[in-house]
Amino acid sequence: MSLERVHDMNAEPDPILIAQKLTKLYGDRIGCRDVSFSLWPGEVLGVVGESGSGKSTLLRCLAGIDRPTGGEVMFRHADKPISLFDIPEPTRRKLMRTEWGIVHQNPRDGLRMDVSAGGNVGERLMDRGDRHYGKIRAAAIDWLTRVEIGEDRIDDRPRQFSGGMQQRLQIARVLVPEPRLVFMDEPTGGLDVSVQARLLDLLRVLVRDLGIAAVIVTHDLAVARLLTDRLMVMKDGAVVEEGLTDQVLDDPQHAYTQLLTSAVLAA
Amino acid sequence: MYVAVKGGEAAILATHDLVAEERRGDVSVPELSVAQIREQMQLAVARVMNEGSLYDEDLSALALKQAQGDMIEAAFLMRAYRTTLPRFGSSVPLDTSNMAIRRRISATYKDLPGGQVLGPTYDYTHRLFDFALMASGEAPEAQTSADRLDAAMPRVPDILGDEGLMEAELPPEGDPRPFDLTRDPIEFPADRDVRLQTLARGDEGFLLGLAYSVQRGFGGNHPFAGEIRLGEVAVEFVPEELGFAVDLGDITLTECQMVNQFQGSKDQPPQFTRGYGLSFGHAERKAMSMAILDRSLKAREFGEAADYPAQQEEFVLYHADNVEASGFVEHLKLPHYVDFQGELELLRKIRREQEERAATMKEAAE
Amino acid sequence: MNTPHHDPDYNFGYLDEQTKRMVRRALLKAIAIPGYQVPFGSREMPLARGWGTGGIQITAALIGPADTLKVIDQGADDTTNAVSIRRFFERVSGVATTELTEDATIIQTRHRIPEKPLEAGQILVYQVPQPEPLRKLEPSEAETRKMHAWAEYGGMYVRLYEDIARYGHVATTYSYPVLVNGRYVMSPTPIPKFDNPKMDDMPALQLFGAGREKRIYAIPPYTSVKSLDFEDHPFTVQSWTEPCALCAANDSYLDEVITDDRGGRMFVCSDSSYCEDRRAKGHVGKELATAEALAYVGHVEGGSDVA
Repeated sequence: MSLERVHDMNAEPDPILIAQKLTKLYGDRIGCRDVSFSLWPGEVLGVVGESGSGKSTLLRCLAGIDRPTGGEVMFRHADKPISLFDIPEPTRRKLMRTEWGIVHQNPRDGLRMDVSAGGNVGERLMDRGDRHYGKIRAAAIDWLTRVEIGEDRIDDRPRQFSGGMQQRLQIARVLVPEPRLVFMDEPTGGLDVSVQARLLDLLRVLVRDLGIAAVIVTHDLAVARLLTDRLMVMKDGAVVEEGLTDQVLDDPQHAYTQLLTSAVLAA
Repeated sequence: MYVAVKGGEAAILATHDLVAEERRGDVSVPELSVAQIREQMQLAVARVMNEGSLYDEDLSALALKQAQGDMIEAAFLMRAYRTTLPRFGSSVPLDTSNMAIRRRISATYKDLPGGQVLGPTYDYTHRLFDFALMASGEAPEAQTSADRLDAAMPRVPDILGDEGLMEAELPPEGDPRPFDLTRDPIEFPADRDVRLQTLARGDEGFLLGLAYSVQRGFGGNHPFAGEIRLGEVAVEFVPEELGFAVDLGDITLTECQMVNQFQGSKDQPPQFTRGYGLSFGHAERKAMSMAILDRSLKAREFGEAADYPAQQEEFVLYHADNVEASGFVEHLKLPHYVDFQGELELLRKIRREQEERAATMKEAAE
Repeated sequence: MNTPHHDPDYNFGYLDEQTKRMVRRALLKAIAIPGYQVPFGSREMPLARGWGTGGIQITAALIGPADTLKVIDQGADDTTNAVSIRRFFERVSGVATTELTEDATIIQTRHRIPEKPLEAGQILVYQVPQPEPLRKLEPSEAETRKMHAWAEYGGMYVRLYEDIARYGHVATTYSYPVLVNGRYVMSPTPIPKFDNPKMDDMPALQLFGAGREKRIYAIPPYTSVKSLDFEDHPFTVQSWTEPCALCAANDSYLDEVITDDRGGRMFVCSDSSYCEDRRAKGHVGKELATAEALAYVGHVEGGSDVA
């Protein structure tokens, strides 16, 4: 699988996202420091580490939610790299709604809880100017089906859904505008193990089918193994090891990674 | 009669007469004079001056009389009158360190230069009816200390400031002319001058409730009453043609400075932070509430999470003005029958369509 | 027409000349950017906030001795607040007032647009309780201003979508949002959606004042005003199955009047001036006699002797 990805990267040589020496400080405390990497179209990058390792901070900076203290995030837009924090806010907001999406750990953060499932999925289409009710609804049904939510639930509100369904609805809402890049923050956190497995399966298929690039932050190495091509291991705000996922997990070099993987094996 | 919804000028004029009659009450009871209200209802007069944003004890007393003691209505009269006043200029900033003190207390120091001056306060009264007030004619005289008050009465935050322990109060860069709430609309984010002005005219009850919410835990700061002082301060004005300050007279003010904790940051040593409250007349509850909210609204400047209503400036500033709030709440009394008709029609239509659908389904089922 | 005297205790139009200039500057900016909400230094007026102080300040800033003023509330000249506002301007400006739409140079309104089409040169001043059409989606003013600046209006369509999904049609009957000049989404104020089409390409100047919220906005004459809708669910207005019970008009907005406590009701024009004008011209609705018996309307003999 890894070889295929390498092949893809060669076909399209320009990275979609580049982080350069990304640093975020909270007063004296380090959120993350000197994180650099490139992400290619269609590639899925995992960021693993314990809680407090800085992986969520990194994600917030990459996704344009928080402004980093130092370093740069470059996003490839209209075949040109643009610096995320140098562009005006409206451009950044527009990019956030059209070219990339964020899947929050808690679906409540990514959904409008008082708007129907169809409205939640359709909003992104209306944002970009779609003004045909029938077509919007058809697209919503299509997406609900793809995330395995029955058509008959289209007019129900998310609060009537189970946690797993809410998360799948959030994923549909994020994917409907067909973004090129998706950020996921512990997408399976807080779900039962059986529900997690189904969601992971679904995510894997969708991401592969759509050829979306993704950054997935997780503390769960099983999630990382299943979904990601490449892995970065973070500790105390810094990257301690990175490489192809299988390689990192099967033959960890850094002591901290060895500890992480052995903890999984033990469990 | 159904015609009641249609006003008619005569009916409206009659409401004015009815209000005048009610206001006077039983004519066998002597009428209140404006001077009586001014002298004997001073705290009410002060509140109306604060919320009416106009220092004029006589007009405030008149407003209270005209409004039958309704504070918000009285403040409204002051505000509407205020609109018609021409503006000659702005006074020189008041100097409360030069206040002729009548009351001055600090909760942070047992003793301090100038001492604790209790002055007129309900704080140590027992809230028991004084039935002697039912009768009348007394002219009580208070015994005060024979010693003169100290000439030097430094403000507590200034004492802390000398040690570098208190957040400094510096004008913004370039010392621009302050925002004028009575001339310009609020825009957000609102700077401190905007916030203080809005709080100063804000409803005492609203401010009190929000300040209370901060203390109970819906907001993070823990205030100490650094100092509360009451007394008279000179208002000075510089006429352009003279070029020097002229004393226009004294006004009574209550000033409250709250001392709050602050962690400091990497570049800044820890310091106390300040909450400031100022009100016309004797209005301690108002000044204290304002000081607590001034501090809670600094959340943005101090990088604190603004999770609670008292820390959210749009919430506090947009809803503190009781003249605006009562106008909008009470506008629901105005006729809305055009819009209601729309709702009525829609409701009937939706119910009709639902019944039709149900009937069709029933037919199909049969 | 009625010509009262100006109370000399007050400046003409109540506001001082500086304030009038401030309001006019805001108006000019509003006209230059149709549908954009211009913040202005709204003054405290002797009428309560929410009772038309925004409209009153606009009228006060524009009115001149030669003007003729009409004031309506719910379409009628004789509703309480319309009477109160008209009396205010009679006192502080002494200008002529009228109930006839065509005679007015300035019409201040709450919740309706007159039925008789307005002409070039006339000014329609709306009282605005809540100028922000996005407020129900987003409580923060700082955020809604950004949404307007960047034309982020997708959320408005979500509301329409939800209505259609639930009821089969849009369930907004008044304050139905419009897109002005293809750019700004604007609240038309709580007029019934029946009146929305009148705003489009109107020859008269339309001005909107929100006193409490301190915003002014405008639609210049002959400007495009489109009610938000979907291509396959076009905007429609209310219609009635029967004409006005008093004047038999079948093209006007009707109010329901309850005539007894046994479910009796009739539908009559909300625009009282339009209705009277039609009756004066001999149009007779089928319940005019009943209405007269109930003293809901008097005999119309030219004047407006509504009880």
